[in-house]
Amino acid sequence: MATTEKMTLNMGPQHPSTHGVLRLVLELDGEVILKATPHIGYLHRGVEKLSEHRTYHQTLPLTDRLDYLAPMHNNLGYVLAVEKLLDIQIPERAQVIRTIMAEMTRLESHLVWIACHALDIGAMTVFIYAFRERETVMETYELISGARMTSNFFRIGGLSQDVPPEFEKKVRDFVSVMPGYLDQYEGLLTTNPIWLKRTVGNGVISAEDAIDYGITGPALRGSGVDWDLRRDNPYSGYEKYNFKVPVGEKCDTFDRYKVRLVEMREACKIINQALDSLKPGPVLSDYPQICYPPKENVYNSIEGLIHHFKIASEGFPAPEGEVYQGVENPKGELGFYIVSDGGNKPYRMRIRPPSFVNLQAIEKMSKGSMIADLVAVIGTLDIVLGEIDR
Amino acid sequence: MGIEILGLPMMYYIAMVAKVLVAFLFVLLTVAYATYAERKIIGHMQVRLGPMRTGWHGLLQPIADGLKLFFKEEIIPSQASTFAFLIAPVIALVPAFMTFAVIPFGGVIEVAGYKIPLQVASYIDVASGKVYDVNVGVLYILAMSSLGVYGIVLAGWASNSKYSLMGGLRASAQLISYELSAGLAIVSVFMLSQTLSLNEIVNQQSSFNGLGWYIFKQPLAAFLFFICSIAEINRTPFDLPEAETELVSGFCTEYSSMKYAMFFMAEYANMITVCALTTTLFLGGWNGPFATVFPLLGLVYFVAKVYFLIFFCMWIRATLPRYRYDQLMHLGWKVLLPISLVNIVVTGIIGYFIK
Repeated sequence: MATTEKMTLNMGPQHPSTHGVLRLVLELDGEVILKATPHIGYLHRGVEKLSEHRTYHQTLPLTDRLDYLAPMHNNLGYVLAVEKLLDIQIPERAQVIRTIMAEMTRLESHLVWIACHALDIGAMTVFIYAFRERETVMETYELISGARMTSNFFRIGGLSQDVPPEFEKKVRDFVSVMPGYLDQYEGLLTTNPIWLKRTVGNGVISAEDAIDYGITGPALRGSGVDWDLRRDNPYSGYEKYNFKVPVGEKCDTFDRYKVRLVEMREACKIINQALDSLKPGPVLSDYPQICYPPKENVYNSIEGLIHHFKIASEGFPAPEGEVYQGVENPKGELGFYIVSDGGNKPYRMRIRPPSFVNLQAIEKMSKGSMIADLVAVIGTLDIVLGEIDR
Repeated sequence: MGIEILGLPMMYYIAMVAKVLVAFLFVLLTVAYATYAERKIIGHMQVRLGPMRTGWHGLLQPIADGLKLFFKEEIIPSQASTFAFLIAPVIALVPAFMTFAVIPFGGVIEVAGYKIPLQVASYIDVASGKVYDVNVGVLYILAMSSLGVYGIVLAGWASNSKYSLMGGLRASAQLISYELSAGLAIVSVFMLSQTLSLNEIVNQQSSFNGLGWYIFKQPLAAFLFFICSIAEINRTPFDLPEAETELVSGFCTEYSSMKYAMFFMAEYANMITVCALTTTLFLGGWNGPFATVFPLLGLVYFVAKVYFLIFFCMWIRATLPRYRYDQLMHLGWKVLLPISLVNIVVTGIIGYFIK
C-alpha cells in the first residue's frame, strides 16, 4: 500500500514572486496547498519606534519608505495626521498639488501592480509596457522633488516648494495618453483566454470575510464592498472631485484586476479635474511656529536662518491629544495614529499598513488551490513588504 | 572511382562526415543565435532594444554568455545524488541533437560528380538513384524526444531540492501527456503518406510545384502537433517545469555553470528540432517552388521555414501568460487528445472513400 506524505516547502524570502522578502511556509499535498503561513519581518526598520525619537518634521522622510511604490501617498497620510493634530489649514494650491500627486502615485503603484501581477502569471510583455509608463510618473517625481522614489515632497503645512512651470503640461500629457496605454494592457490581458483561466474564480474571498479580515482598498472593492475613503471620508479636498468607485461582483482575482484598471482611469479623471482647479498662490501656510521659512529668507537673512535652525533642530510642540487619519492608499487604508504628550516628538505613532492587514487573508484565499494560484493571489493582494514590516 | 571501403567510394564517407558536421554546427549556431534572436525579438516587441553592448547590436552576446557560463563555478549540492546530477544534463542535451540526424534538410546535390542527399542518416543507391534513409524516422524522433525527458526528471530528482523535484514532476507529466497527442497528430500524416521515412514524407509533398504540403490536407493535425510540440519543449505558455515565478527555476534550480548551459542549449535545440520536424511533416520540408530544379534553393526554403517557426515560438512567448498545472493537464487530455483521435477517424473515413 503506497503512502503519501505532505511536503513542506519554504517559499521565500528569496523567491522571484514573493514581492520582496515575504516568506511563506507552504504545506503541500502534491501541488495543492493545504496551509500557507506567511512569515514577515525581514525588512523591519522600526519606523514606529524611530518616530518617537524624532521631531514631527524629521519623521516625514521615514514615511517615504513604508510603501515604496506610493511614497507621496504615505507622506500625505502622515502630514494630514499631524495637521489634524495641530488643527491647521493649508493653502488651496498646496492641497490641489497634493491631490494630483496622490493620484499620480496611485497610477504608479497600480502600474507596478499590473506589471508584477502579469509577470507572475507569465505575461511578460505587460510588465515592460507598464514600466514604460511608470517612468513618466518617476520623471514627474524627479521634476518636482528631485528624487524618483523617496520624494519627501510634502511638508506639514503644505509643500516643500512650488512645482516648476512645466509640471502642469507634463502631467496633463501623461493623463491624456494613459487611457490608451490602459487599453493596450487590456488588449493583452482582459480577453486573453489563458489570463481568464488563471484569474476568474481564483483567490475568492467573500464580502463578509473581507470585512472580517479588515481588508481595504481594491481588494475589498473587488469583493463587492462599496467603500472608498476618498469618497466616504474625504480628505485633502477629494470631495470636490467627481469620480466613480468601481466595485467587483465575483470576489475573485479577475474582479480585483478590473477594479484596479477602472481606478487607474478614474485617477486620470481626478488629475484632470484637479489640474483645472489649479490656481497660483502660496504652497506653504503661514504658521511661523510650525512651517519652515522660505528658502530665500534662510539664505539671505540671519533671522530666516535662525528661524530655519529652530524648526529643524527643535521642531514644534504639538498639543496634547491623539489623532487618527486614514487615507485611501493605492493598496488600501493607510492610517496614522499619533499620540502626543505635548512635546515636539510623537509619544507614540502607530501605522496601520494596508498590506499587513490584507496579507492575513492569504491563507484563506489560497487554501486548496495550487502553487500557481498562490502566486496569483500574492499578486492580486498587491502587498509591499516595506509597509508590512515597517 | 578512387579508393573504395566496403563497396562504397571514399567520397561517401567524406560526405557523411561533412553532413554530420554541417548539421551539428547548424544546430549549435542556431542554438546560440536563437537565444540572441529571442532576446532581440522579444525586446523589440516590448519596446526595448535587447542586447546592444557586446559587438554590433549585441551580436557577440551569445558568445559572451557562453564564456561567462563556462567560467562559472561548478556547484554540486552536498545532498545531491552526484552521478545522476552530473549525467542529467547530458541525457537532456544529446537526444536533442541526435534527432536532427533523420531530418532531410535539402534535396540531392551533386559534388564533384557524386550525388549526395542532404540528410545525415541516408545514402543514395548509385545504380537506381534512389535515396534510402531510416525507414522509421518518425518513430526514431518520437523515441529520442521521450529520452530527453529522463534528463529533466533525473535533474529534478537528483538535485534533492523541492523546487527541482516539482519541476521534474511537472515536466514528466507534461511530456507524457502531450507526446500522446503529438504522436496521434503524426499518425494522421502517416495515414496520408503510408510511410514513416521522413525523406518519403517530404517527397510526397512536392506536388503543385512544391506546394502540396500536408498542412493544407491536415490543418488540424498541423495545429495540434505544433501546440503539443511547444508543450513538449516547455515553452510559454506551457513553461511550467521552469516557471520562474512559481518554482524559482524548476528542475535546473540547483544547476550552475556548463551544466546549466547544457539544459539551456537542450531547450533551444529541442525548439529547433521541433520546428524542423513541423516543417518536414507539415510544411513540405525543403519543398517549394523550383526547389527540385535548384537543390540549394531547397536548403534555403528549409532554413527559412524553420526560422519562421522559431520566430513564431518567440512571438507566442511575448504574448501569452502561463497555464496552470491542472489546466495544462485538462487541455492535454480532455481537449487535444479527443480532437486528435477524431481527426484520425475523419482522416480514415475520407481516405477510405477517396481510394
